[in-house]
Amino acid sequence: MSTAPIRTLELEPNRSAASIGKSVTIKGQIFSREDLIVDGEIEGAIELNEHRLTVGPNGRVRAGIKAREIVVLGTIEGNVEALDKIDIRKDAKLVGDIKTARIIIEDGAYFKGSIDIVKNETPKPTAPRPQAAAAGASAPAQAAPVSSNAVK
Amino acid sequence: MQSQSGLPELPVTGRAANGTPPERILRAEDFVSRHSNGLDQFFSYIKGESGLSILDLAGANQANVSFITNLGHKIYSEDFLRGLQQGANGDAQPRVDAFLSQNLSHQDASFDGVLVWDVLEYLSAPLLSATIERLARITKPGSYLFAVFQAQEKADSVSQYSFRIKDSKTLLVADRGHRRPEQIFNNRSLEKLFQGFESLKFFLARDKLREVIVRR
Repeated sequence: MSTAPIRTLELEPNRSAASIGKSVTIKGQIFSREDLIVDGEIEGAIELNEHRLTVGPNGRVRAGIKAREIVVLGTIEGNVEALDKIDIRKDAKLVGDIKTARIIIEDGAYFKGSIDIVKNETPKPTAPRPQAAAAGASAPAQAAPVSSNAVK
Repeated sequence: MQSQSGLPELPVTGRAANGTPPERILRAEDFVSRHSNGLDQFFSYIKGESGLSILDLAGANQANVSFITNLGHKIYSEDFLRGLQQGANGDAQPRVDAFLSQNLSHQDASFDGVLVWDVLEYLSAPLLSATIERLARITKPGSYLFAVFQAQEKADSVSQYSFRIKDSKTLLVADRGHRRPEQIFNNRSLEKLFQGFESLKFFLARDKLREVIVRR
């Protein structure tokens, strides 16, 4: 019973995101340190620990997913972990188990699986600390942007 | 009414070109608030506990997911009737087995409670008995099922409902249009249906619905 106005795929202003177009197919693991929009096909694993994953209306993802926030307008088959929240929109399809702090399911969405609400005990940092920034700078290459990590 | 393959025919009203009923997005004004003694009883049995596994057979919706998870339980969602519409052709028994392996495949004794709602009325006889058998297997001894049936004993088509939990004693119910039931149950046939379970409790309401609590 959703009374909220229909939301679109538009991103927030000034919010950058990598994008995988609808004619792109990727098999392998994706690690990203920025938001990611998937409107193509992905099979494997997706990890965006501190960022948002948006699976667009044409997106088909068969992967285990870990992200801070996940917005689903297309199809996901796989287990999903959203540290902050998952938003399953009308016409989306998700088959898999969800672990998240918050969940939004619009009417018309198809979901099959379990939902485990995990309360986030640790407060979110408001700004990166100097040590964290330094650690991030020396992070291993596997945490490079998505486009350079599509493998197999 | 059964199809040649033994699985239910799809609704006679509002059928879309591909044979499935059109999905209607329900709005807040479509729902009517209704006291539910059955639901009250169901939640009183699991009151004070947390971390239970609850299976919902009517698909995920925000109200039910929020209510169950706010109680500290884990919810499993199966959209049983939508799965029925996507069933493949074939002989009855293989089709029943395939359907259950896709839509009710869980380990034995996985669940502490099941929200069955009204889905059993739309299952053909072979699928119904296989589903009841499967429910008995995947629920823990002493767990409870909450199901809703039409109270009228003869009907060619009945209202199909969406149920949303408002609180532990109140349901929000919306009529999703008419659908032909596979069978209409009376108290005797319900007792027979759940004869493998420990006990059965009926709650007759003022409207056309009969609520049932089944103890595994």
